[in-house]
Amino acid sequence: MTGYILRRILQVIPVFIGTTLLIYFMVFVLPGDPVLALFGDKTPNPAQLARLREQYALDQPFIVQYLHYLGGIFTGNLGTSFSGQPVSRILLQTFPVTLRLALLAIIIEMVAGILVGLVSGLRKGGVFDASALVVSLILISLPIFVIALTSQFVFGVQLGWARTTVGPGAPIQDLILPAFVLASINFAVVVRLTRSSVIETSGEDYVRTAYAKGLGRRRVIPVHILRNSLIPAVTSLGADFGILIVGATVTEGVFNVPGVGRTLYQAIIKGESTTVVSFVTVMTLVYLVVNLLVDLLYAALDPRIRYVR
Amino acid sequence: MSDNTPSASAGAPSRSTGTGHFVAEEEAELGAVDSIRAQGKPSNLWRDAWRDMRTRPMFYISAVLILLVVVAALLPGLFTHESPTACVLSLSNQGPSAGHPLGFTRQGCDVFSRIVHGASTSLSVGLIVLLLTTVLGIVFGAIAGFYGGWVDSVLSRAGDIFFSIPYILAAVVIMSVLSAHRNVFVIALAIGLFSWPSTARILRAQILRVKESDFVTASTAMGISRFGVLLRHVLPNSITPVIVSTTISLAAAITAEATLSYLGVGLPPTFMSWGNDISAAQVNVRTAPMPLIYPSIALSVTVLAFIMMGEVIREALDPRARASR
Amino acid sequence: MSEPLLSIRDLRVGFTTQDGLVEAVRGVDLDLEAGETLAIVGESGSGKSTTAHAIIDLLPGSGKVIGGSIRFDGTELTSLGRRQMEEVRGRQIGMVPQDPMSNLDPVWNIGFQVEETVRANGQASNRRAARRRVIEVLKEAGLSDAEARLKQYPHQFSGGMRQRVLIGIGLSANPKLLIADEPTSALDVTVQKRILDHLETLTSERNTAVILITHDLGLAAERASKVLVMYRGRVVESGPAREILESPRHPYTQRLVAAAPSIASRRIQSLAHRADDSEAGVEREAAEAAVDLLSVADRVTAPAATGEVAISFREVTKRYSIRRGVGVGSTPFTAVDAVSFDVRKGTTTALVGESGSGKSTLAKLLLRLEEKSSGSILVGGREISTLNRSQLFRLRATMQPVFQDPYGSLDPLRNIGNTIAEPLMVHRFGNAEARRRRVLEILDQVALPQLVLTRYPNELSGGQRQRVAIARALALKPEIVVLDEAVSALDVLVQAQILTLLADLQAELGLTYLFITHDLAVVRVIADDVCVMRNGRIVEHATTGEVFDNPQTEYTRDLLDAIPGAGVAPAL
Repeated sequence: MTGYILRRILQVIPVFIGTTLLIYFMVFVLPGDPVLALFGDKTPNPAQLARLREQYALDQPFIVQYLHYLGGIFTGNLGTSFSGQPVSRILLQTFPVTLRLALLAIIIEMVAGILVGLVSGLRKGGVFDASALVVSLILISLPIFVIALTSQFVFGVQLGWARTTVGPGAPIQDLILPAFVLASINFAVVVRLTRSSVIETSGEDYVRTAYAKGLGRRRVIPVHILRNSLIPAVTSLGADFGILIVGATVTEGVFNVPGVGRTLYQAIIKGESTTVVSFVTVMTLVYLVVNLLVDLLYAALDPRIRYVR
Repeated sequence: MSDNTPSASAGAPSRSTGTGHFVAEEEAELGAVDSIRAQGKPSNLWRDAWRDMRTRPMFYISAVLILLVVVAALLPGLFTHESPTACVLSLSNQGPSAGHPLGFTRQGCDVFSRIVHGASTSLSVGLIVLLLTTVLGIVFGAIAGFYGGWVDSVLSRAGDIFFSIPYILAAVVIMSVLSAHRNVFVIALAIGLFSWPSTARILRAQILRVKESDFVTASTAMGISRFGVLLRHVLPNSITPVIVSTTISLAAAITAEATLSYLGVGLPPTFMSWGNDISAAQVNVRTAPMPLIYPSIALSVTVLAFIMMGEVIREALDPRARASR
Repeated sequence: MSEPLLSIRDLRVGFTTQDGLVEAVRGVDLDLEAGETLAIVGESGSGKSTTAHAIIDLLPGSGKVIGGSIRFDGTELTSLGRRQMEEVRGRQIGMVPQDPMSNLDPVWNIGFQVEETVRANGQASNRRAARRRVIEVLKEAGLSDAEARLKQYPHQFSGGMRQRVLIGIGLSANPKLLIADEPTSALDVTVQKRILDHLETLTSERNTAVILITHDLGLAAERASKVLVMYRGRVVESGPAREILESPRHPYTQRLVAAAPSIASRRIQSLAHRADDSEAGVEREAAEAAVDLLSVADRVTAPAATGEVAISFREVTKRYSIRRGVGVGSTPFTAVDAVSFDVRKGTTTALVGESGSGKSTLAKLLLRLEEKSSGSILVGGREISTLNRSQLFRLRATMQPVFQDPYGSLDPLRNIGNTIAEPLMVHRFGNAEARRRRVLEILDQVALPQLVLTRYPNELSGGQRQRVAIARALALKPEIVVLDEAVSALDVLVQAQILTLLADLQAELGLTYLFITHDLAVVRVIADDVCVMRNGRIVEHATTGEVFDNPQTEYTRDLLDAIPGAGVAPAL
């Protein structure tokens, strides 16, 4: 088991280096004056230009620049936004909000997704199953911003069930609608994964043997079928998180949630490339860590993995 | 049924009390061992799949929709004569009128015309990304999976690196930096560069499974070169999950382009993009929601059509479902 | 006359498929007394497993009992509700399934899985009592270190141990009836015997009635007092085991008896001892299509041998390094250890061993699908590892394999014609017309009709696919054919057909066979020489007759003992 954990952690390191290198490459090695490019369509004032050039040490060889940049990540020096605030401070302020939103979304999509998928799989071919399949297909197809805008319109404006924008401090009840929106696509994915997993597991030999042992459905379904079907759904949390990150950017923008996503969204719209790059870097690293955790969770769920050489 | 009475039907036993030796009467059924029943046309995976697809209503629905989108992209003139860029500000956010069935945008442009012309943008981006992910994904996935060893390690690590950056975020970064060069190719490249790893992984996993098969070993024992084995036997038998993932990546690319345009880092406003239109209409969503809703529907239906097609193909190619047919 | 414990009358079981209702069991009658062991014998598709699963209402997929009655201990089982059936399962009727790996839930430890059985069947009321009972059950099943094993997972156990656990579970509530569905066919040969012996002890101790499902008539006769032979959903013959074996009356049973390797090997053994050799050609009133393995053995024992050596192994060794832990260290694993023997031209040498013995690895080394670590392999006198590319290419044409799994040995995307023609194309044999003629020629040799050329593998049965695999192997007129468990996955009758075919082809074409198998009974029928392998080493090497008459090592004796039907007198 420890071997597996160690190996997984070791694997992250080259990927981490490679990823940061790639992001850096994208920003600074592509054609054009990188600093000017960072300003997008705007014209910078000379002071800003000078500060940026110094910050990114552009007169140094590539490797030094990269290490400088890497060092910045570790020491928390992520540069300053165009409004003058240090990016790291912005991150610290906005991260807790997004964390709450994300956790809420994950709980919704996992619990609802697994339950729906379970019932769907057990009653394959029935009305519930057919509807679940149709609904999930539609949800997967709708781009996140369409879902966000539509829900805001329908539930916020038309029906008035929820606030269209989140209030200051982002209280939990305001976060419910955005959380549902954020969870929607992954919910559909989890439903499908769980459903096909349940169908597959139900046909397995050990399920039949469980019944032959004298166990009833009350025991077999949760203990044997569900437990085994959980594995694909939980491991999908990894890729899931990628969708969540992107979704958060749009959703927070639409619902005005003061989180990491909205900051990124606004930075993108305003063309504040420095902030964009720093945020993307951090989010990517978080994504790497989450994937690592998911792999470990997978090992916890599936004993076969733990003992493989 | 009473016991100890021999029944009149053939094959019924004389009731044995445990010591008796029963022999069934009819022998006519005893066929030759292992005879061949030849029926119908020869069929393999592809033909069976094609036959299965044609029985599903979802196949026809998605095919029609896809056809509609393709025709709209290639021949927009068939659908509308209005120019999407002939915008008259005074008509801003007006409702439907003669010749303009869906009304006007905030800029005073014909919504319907913009929707029709937006199809080609979405499809172009989708197809270029499709090409990129398929080619890169297949080449890298096949080499990594088949040759293994250090080549596999290197390629898998490279794939991991590209895979670790959610493709929309990466595209955001690229498009932000390359803001002077925004066009269909650049967007497609930005999206495609980060989508190929998932195709590569899927192919690699399938190849790892297939290459252990006996028919692969047999072809090596026959004297076929390693590359020949990959090309002639392993790849064709590993390609099915890639086909499914391909339709999904097409749908995802269309969504990605729209999302990027919505965020303002996609195509510039001069391009006809559904994402741009949705973003532009957002401002007036309370008073004039329709210019936002129509492109949203167009976008969603297009993506849905490709995903449905992907579903149909996946089910048709599913080996387990095949076994029970 | 008291009522039998289990009484089945006119049982019908159907499955709903795309083409409507298909009857898998068509009117089966069966009587079983308390404490009695009944064997149901049949090939795949006979309905034997379906019948047994119908008893406890555990039919897979869309299966349903559509007619007939199942009376168990005074109760009509077909009319029971779900709850009532749950009560019966485990407590009154236990089951031991076939494949021990897939029948244990991989995510829960063994203690948990046994404990839930114990609790469900009312064997214990609290945790401590349950735990004690679990340890008891596992100990009875033959797992000596039961307590230590509780927290372990199924994949950490060997196949035999897993099967013991399943047997323990099946018997834990002391049911009156135990259904054993091919309980040992997924296990190694020597393990099989131990497990079956143990099962017999347990069930006779408790006077449990047993329904034993098997495809092996010899096994059935050895372990059961009564045998039921099924074919295509019907019972064709039933009665006392010995009688069925010694004087089968139904043509199908007669075919089975003639084709069963375990029975044939015993007969050949006993015949070999008879002074009067003319009796070796015993007449059998088999039906026209019946295959008699005795006659196969006859053909094989007159090899077209010239004494020349076709293959020579000298001190061949193959070592692998298995990566361990965090990827820094690795342990060496010797799959093949200093193996030396010769294979004479035109003969069949059997390479016998259980899983892990190294026999398949040796075959791969011969075919140069893997590279040996040391030693030398000579084919036709030439060392094969020093050949250059074109020499190796030409060598390949002289040595071809046939593998075990008929479902994996043919490319599913190629039709049969192309599959057989492929070696011809690769080696640039003639033009299209010449190739076509050759393909037709081979098809004829393996007794397949021409219409098969445009078909795809999924349209053929297992036996037919094996014929195609053999045809493909013969396309280039090789001298050597390596048969790696080539008949192990086939039904008994089909197996006999293929063995006959192989024997005929050898006589006709002067082929040299390296026949790899775990089944010593088949070896008796088909091989001239035998090499017994264990843990990578050759432990015994002699002619077939010598090995069977006079086994030198204990391991070989164990293998011989494990051939089912040891306790049954051979039919003459």
